[in-house]
Amino acid sequence: MIVVSVNGDDLELEAGTTIGALVDRYVSDRSRVAVERNRAIVPRATLDEAQVEPADVIEIVTLVGGG
Amino acid sequence: MNDALTVGSHTFQSRLIIGSGRYADYDQMLACWDASGVDCVTVALRRVDLDHKHEERNLIDVIDRERYTILPNTAGCYTIEDALRTARLARELGLGTLIKLEVIADEQTLLPNATATVAATRELADEGFTVLAYTNDDPVSALALEKAGAAAVMPLGAPIGSGLGVLNPTNIKIILSRASVPIIVDAGVGTASDVAVAMELGCDGVLLNTGIALAQDPVQMAHAMRAGCDAGRRAFLAGRMPRREYAAPSSPVAGRFTT
Repeated sequence: MIVVSVNGDDLELEAGTTIGALVDRYVSDRSRVAVERNRAIVPRATLDEAQVEPADVIEIVTLVGGG
Repeated sequence: MNDALTVGSHTFQSRLIIGSGRYADYDQMLACWDASGVDCVTVALRRVDLDHKHEERNLIDVIDRERYTILPNTAGCYTIEDALRTARLARELGLGTLIKLEVIADEQTLLPNATATVAATRELADEGFTVLAYTNDDPVSALALEKAGAAAVMPLGAPIGSGLGVLNPTNIKIILSRASVPIIVDAGVGTASDVAVAMELGCDGVLLNTGIALAQDPVQMAHAMRAGCDAGRRAFLAGRMPRREYAAPSSPVAGRFTT
């Protein structure tokens, strides 16, 4: 198991977990989110290839109301 | 009156841009958008809430993209890097390359960090973004932003969420006289007359959020903001009469039969 940070929470994941699989845990439609790993965009097209690495800092963001 | 606002390659029929924050719910927000006549709306980016799998309506699903252009903001960013990250995430979300750039300096006043905003503008413009840069009512930073590649400069009327109106119309006039990109007053607009003041000065547009969302009757205020924008714009185009110190009769002096 490896530990990564997802939206500020530490999470234990199996090595080899893809970022796509991680995103699917939280959202039903990937087109509603954008993903960043260690402050760099993970393009949507590569989510199923990109595997989490130990100590990754992952951010999954979406739209909210704002001015 | 066909009097569109052009920012970069984007053309908007309305000179008002309004936000999506602080409404009671999406239905109220959509009713206000409709009443205000806008075709460009601002949104923010935040973390997905990991505790709830998001089956409820997401803001993305609520916005009719045929009708509204989405202008994502970098609200809440205090560093150049965070503003750049936010802009790139917005583009990755499929929101295009329009970005309302804010690099905030101070939590209590939410006043902008002008030098950081200039640096972030330069970088984002180089990356192909159409940058609408939020800044102080300061002609020097406004011109620096234009030079850095901003497609529009957005001086504040007053601090974000304050509703104090256009506090320094003299500076806004100086900015207008010297800038070549559109000038959009952003922040501090509390009521319809504030919009009218900004537009009468000759601003190209007004961006506001809280003035509608926190009105007692937001839909009524959205109508009023639209009317204020139209009134101010038409007054600017009309060209106001000169001010004078003393009265001048509007009825003829000649031909009076009274003493």
